[in-house]
Amino acid sequence: MMTTELLSRIQFGTTIAFHILFPAFSIGLITFIGIMEGIWLKTKNPLYRSICKFWTKIFALTFGMGVVSGIVMEFELGTNWSGYTNAVGPVLGPLFTYEVLTAFFIEAGFLGIMIFGWERVSAKLHYFSTLLVILGVTLSAFWINSANSWMQTPSGAHLEAGKFVVDSFTAVIFNPSVLLRFTHMMLAAYLCTAFTIVAISAHYLIRKQHETFAKTCFAFALMSITVLIPLQIYLGDESGLLVLEHQPVKIAAIEANWDTQKGAPLILFALPNQQQETNRWQISIPKLASLINTHSFDGELPGLKSVPPSDRPNVAVVFWSFRIMVGLGFLMLFVAIIHLVLRLRGRLFDSQWYLKLCRQLAPIGFIAMISGWLTTEVGRQPWIVHGLMRTADAVSPIPVLHVIISLILILIVYGIIFGIFYFLYLFKTIRTGPTGYSDDQLQPFAYMDTHQLGEK
Amino acid sequence: MELLPLGWAVIIALSIVIYVILDGFTLGTAMLLPLLDADERDLSMSVILPTWDGNQTWLVLGGACLYGAFPSAFSILLPMLYLPIFVMVIALLFRGVVFEFRLKDREHVKYWDPIFTLSSILVTFVQGTVLANFVSGFDYTTTPYLSSTGNIFTPFSVFVSFSLMFGYCLLGATRLIYKTEGALQEKMFRISRYFGLIIIASIAIVSLWTPFINPAIYTRWFSNTNWLLLMILPYLSGLAFLVFWYAIRHREERLPFLCSVSLFACAYIGFLICLYPYIVPFKITIWEAAAPTASLYFMMFGTVIMLPILMIYTAYSYSVFKGKVKNVFTY
Repeated sequence: MMTTELLSRIQFGTTIAFHILFPAFSIGLITFIGIMEGIWLKTKNPLYRSICKFWTKIFALTFGMGVVSGIVMEFELGTNWSGYTNAVGPVLGPLFTYEVLTAFFIEAGFLGIMIFGWERVSAKLHYFSTLLVILGVTLSAFWINSANSWMQTPSGAHLEAGKFVVDSFTAVIFNPSVLLRFTHMMLAAYLCTAFTIVAISAHYLIRKQHETFAKTCFAFALMSITVLIPLQIYLGDESGLLVLEHQPVKIAAIEANWDTQKGAPLILFALPNQQQETNRWQISIPKLASLINTHSFDGELPGLKSVPPSDRPNVAVVFWSFRIMVGLGFLMLFVAIIHLVLRLRGRLFDSQWYLKLCRQLAPIGFIAMISGWLTTEVGRQPWIVHGLMRTADAVSPIPVLHVIISLILILIVYGIIFGIFYFLYLFKTIRTGPTGYSDDQLQPFAYMDTHQLGEK
Repeated sequence: MELLPLGWAVIIALSIVIYVILDGFTLGTAMLLPLLDADERDLSMSVILPTWDGNQTWLVLGGACLYGAFPSAFSILLPMLYLPIFVMVIALLFRGVVFEFRLKDREHVKYWDPIFTLSSILVTFVQGTVLANFVSGFDYTTTPYLSSTGNIFTPFSVFVSFSLMFGYCLLGATRLIYKTEGALQEKMFRISRYFGLIIIASIAIVSLWTPFINPAIYTRWFSNTNWLLLMILPYLSGLAFLVFWYAIRHREERLPFLCSVSLFACAYIGFLICLYPYIVPFKITIWEAAAPTASLYFMMFGTVIMLPILMIYTAYSYSVFKGKVKNVFTY
């Protein structure tokens, strides 16, 4: 049955999944560009300027896509979720307003200078603009994560005649899950970007093009991954503990655990059946789920049956999306460990199999991010504000036909834009490659082994 | 606190008019592209390029403030205008993407330009339709509420949409006068005269038509001594037009744009007077739709601090790109 609610959820899910790719990539790219520009200012080596300029081309396009796809969602909150807006507007509206005032305007104001102002302002002022754009994107991520975290772990507001009234904005903004979820998201954005940079650099290294450029980017991005991925896994584990405390049913769905039990097994594979309240084809490891979620072998794990069927999320989606995210996370860790081994043996840039593997991994961060987002958002269902407001009460009183029309429009336009335009341009930029330096000007970066860069 | 909701209405009205003017010259420039040759197009696009993102941010700000300060208005107005809003945001998205590609994919500019123009026309047309529906009001007996005529496209709305298109063209042409020189500037001097004439006529027609579309507005315009006060607006518009005409004849570079902005401001103030004190036209007032005071205060706190700061750095970033645009911006 295609209802306005379900179609609106599909539509919002599509637009937000499409949207988040661009801000995540932008956050990572601008941070990378900022670091490279800092090194350029210090060393005056044209290599770093060329790195900045190359990635700025991709950043500019990505950022622009993020802005316009974000506008769609702002309006959707009203067009499709008027019940939600009516109830939470007084809580989340101020957060969105702060996001625009503190983040969007900084980004918009200094982006022009950052992209087109290389010759118009001094190098220091340009760098300052880049830093402000980094500040802008980071603040923006904070505000929007704060709003989303409030939907997961609402605090600081109470319901009055169907509308939320805020008691404390500090409690709303710094709700129990915001700091963990914000840092988890920022690291996700860095990892998405780092893997894309690694893949593009590996592509150049395989083809023996722009080698100095590619080696610098490849080594830096892999080192970042090696530092970030253990941290990210740790944050993911901490998030699990927090979710267990605030949203036990979500954990039950993640683990496909139907009955509340001590020493719950970790299910590696299963086909959860929502109607029969059981799993088919289950393969599990005893006690491990309890250990992961409670850090104790005999910890008690709540079951899905502890709440009525109408209060349970779709178990299969939550269960599988979570496993995809975690699986990809460990694949990232594996790539990072191999990188350390190869670097110690001085063979980072000439192990063809490793370069080829890296080239394939370009989308890995994005897939992990979208999977994690599916876990957390679908896992919150049937609530839109956890425990306080149901998604069914959030939807607008609009005809199904209108949503069908808008959904088709969105699928076509996003398909064209993303499937054709964005990739065409991305591949074209990669083909053109970086410009503005030559290999003889090479001054390798201090932290890297100089002999590796020197050899062809 | 009675003034707080009004303060928010003013802030939202301001950010919308800033959006209309800033994005207006962008949309206008897009609609002028078919009249230009390849080099002139590149130059015109370079005029709008550095401040492109900032312009749209004002729309986002207006939306976010409406969401936070008047959530019930946001949740009534948007479902009511579901399809037009969708067409507009999708067209805005398309326009934004094409804009980026035009800049980067030099080989296919000849395809990007017409798409850029068409999506800008679509955006403007929908904006005009929404504006006209605000004036004519909605039918609140159905769910979701519909336009009072049951049809969002009426002769009045189509007229308003076309007027808005010419209005944006005027803003675009006069902005190009200010930012360019030589043949392109001369071309703009010539055509902006026609846009000016069309606009002053359109403003007059819409002003006279509006009271007959909606009886509530009729009463507002013509009851008591209101009309005496309201005569100020037509006079100011007339004055702005005369100065504009003079400025074009004497090849003044900056005045035509300022006069176009003044014409927009007069029309916009007239629109707000028609609507006041309603935020959902003729149904829910600013005070009825306002969020709880705690939310309004918290938002006001940030806005009072941030708005002046962001205006200063927005002005700064404009000043970095001030003066005539002589070269095409590239990466």
